Amino acid sequence: MSTLIAIQEGPFSVDTLQAEVKKTSKGIGALVSFTGTGRDLSKGVDIKGLDFEHYPGMAEKKLMDIRKRALLNFDIIEMAIIHRVGHIDIGEDIVLIVAASAHRNDAFMACEWAITELKRTTPIWKSETTATGDVWVTDTP
Amino acid sequence: MIEVRFFAMLKKLSGTGARQYEVSEPITVLELKQLLKEDMPALSEVLDSRSVLVSVNEEFARDDELVADGDVVGLLPPFSGG
Repeated sequence: MSTLIAIQEGPFSVDTLQAEVKKTSKGIGALVSFTGTGRDLSKGVDIKGLDFEHYPGMAEKKLMDIRKRALLNFDIIEMAIIHRVGHIDIGEDIVLIVAASAHRNDAFMACEWAITELKRTTPIWKSETTATGDVWVTDTP
Repeated sequence: MIEVRFFAMLKKLSGTGARQYEVSEPITVLELKQLLKEDMPALSEVLDSRSVLVSVNEEFARDDELVADGDVVGLLPPFSGG
């Protein structure tokens, strides 16, 4: 299970995580993935780069809890979540959620719920680098 | 000893990543906030705004929960992961 939940500094491979999830069951008929990436504009301000900080230990626990609740509350077979921390350049991937189910709708719903829940409950913070300095983001859509 | 950890903008505001407080008996989260405000006035406004969540031993905690010797408290500004 540990490879299915991770907070790491370096980049991740979408293909690798999807393969990890897929090999957990031959009953999987649908894989839905969400990838969050660093964009160069935030509220009309040019962003040069991003930095993420997390609460080591608690953040991992919250991601494991999201996976556990997704498996309980949705008709899915498996879920994996990876979030990067440290510096992230514009265009790089930040977060990846993979939900697997027998049929597509359950995986779509679980994936959407999981990213919303991650933003709500996981102690991870984003700082945006702008032309005038670094700004901690306090609200996310 | 209660260890209080600061993250993101609170680390910058407090000027440190962590601070330890000696308590003779368990105190509530609200009492700890008061102690923090007296010790670090720069945190007063943000602690009063209620936008900061508190964790005790990596679980979210309400203002009336008790904090005791050996506990680790996290002061958590609004999350912005994802």
